Amino acid sequence: MTASPRPPVTDWSTDFDHTDPGWVADPYPIWDDLRDRCPVAHSDRYGGVWLPVTHDGVAAVAYDTEHFTSRQVIVSEVKPGEWVPPAPIGAAPPITSDPPFHAEARRLLLPAFSPKAVAGYELFTRELCRRLLDGMAGRETVDAAIDYAQHIPLKVIVNMLGFPEEDGEIFRRFIHMIIEDVGQTEEERIEQFVTGEIDAYIDARIAEHLEHPRDDLTSFLLTAELGGHRLEIPHVRGTMILLMVAGIDTTWSAIGASLWHLAGHAEDRRRLAANPEMMGTAVEEMLRAYAPVTMARLVSKDVELGGQELKEGDWLLLPFPAANRDPAIFPDADRVVLDREVNRHSAFGLGIHRCIGSNLARMELRVALEEWMARYPEFSLADPGAVTWSAGQVRGPRRIPVRLG
Amino acid sequence: MRVHVEADRCQGHNRCYAIAPELFAVDDLGNASELGDGTVPAGFEDKARLAAVNCPEFAIVIAE
Repeated sequence: MTASPRPPVTDWSTDFDHTDPGWVADPYPIWDDLRDRCPVAHSDRYGGVWLPVTHDGVAAVAYDTEHFTSRQVIVSEVKPGEWVPPAPIGAAPPITSDPPFHAEARRLLLPAFSPKAVAGYELFTRELCRRLLDGMAGRETVDAAIDYAQHIPLKVIVNMLGFPEEDGEIFRRFIHMIIEDVGQTEEERIEQFVTGEIDAYIDARIAEHLEHPRDDLTSFLLTAELGGHRLEIPHVRGTMILLMVAGIDTTWSAIGASLWHLAGHAEDRRRLAANPEMMGTAVEEMLRAYAPVTMARLVSKDVELGGQELKEGDWLLLPFPAANRDPAIFPDADRVVLDREVNRHSAFGLGIHRCIGSNLARMELRVALEEWMARYPEFSLADPGAVTWSAGQVRGPRRIPVRLG
Repeated sequence: MRVHVEADRCQGHNRCYAIAPELFAVDDLGNASELGDGTVPAGFEDKARLAAVNCPEFAIVIAE
């Protein structure tokens, strides 16, 4: 169903592709190389896309909402045309919104994701983790991504939205369609979004909640007011799609990457098992070293960046994971240091679009690691060659066979 | 020693609150501010410094 695979990358500074198998398997040496010779790379692929790889370059774009719009934050073969609502709202507010609308749409959601609100989901998350670990009892090998990591954020978000618990599979498919199928043709992508099943599914849940309001995020969105008016249904639908897409794949990736690291680095695993009080810095270090999310922007006004001339309409990838490996900011940037005390990482972005779910994601990652380490402090990669990583702007392991004990 | 959160820079990462809840508070939106007038009690100087150097937005100012 997808377009034919693109040709292999020949030069990462002039022809990079974030879906190339080399990037998917191990992007860090690519960014290290680019950081040394051209801090802002370009590729003609996807209709033209830029890539800053230093912390300074990434931060400069994240803070510049005048020259860069968030109208479309996933680079694909299709630039937004009439099928994506225009700035400043965008298809999935507030992540696709620009100032000044952005602040209002964000303010509406913030209380639902404050540290206090998130604490209310910790017990649910902990019990969920324990049930998943119970299910592994007696097995010699399990898949830390498939049997554990992927279920945690999925079930937490389904619970928050008040959707049927058994709809997890449907969610997983939608996420793949939106985030990983970036090679689709224009027709396929438009079909999927405009007349597609994602909207139909969400609309059915909205209808149920309008008929029977409940104490959940869906009913909250349907009764929330912006400027004295209830949110338009497309705004509610867009925000729900945002929560599904941004809240699941991402945290699943962070949990999986952390377990993958610990399975492959016995000294770190033993150190964390022996020092559970190290979990606070360990979680931040995993987020720094394996930050899953690369955002994107469209250039809205011609601008210069790192000596390059960016033109209106160009794509720009915003790789926070590359910023987090910049040796100018982080000593031993490519080494995981579980007790790294000074760790000003930007795994959740910088500026006005700081991930609204960062408190939720941190809680889920911490609880998932605490519960796993308490139950199975001894584990290792059963087949390192069988580990696979997702392609696209959310990077995380999708298969992690581990041996328990 | 005193700490201060520059409200126009804070984006609600909550790193300071996680590191030093004795020195910072967060509101219902998740935005941080210093507790009281920001005076750091004796013995909390290291925590204040750690909070400042971990803020992704460089929003925390320390006056000694």
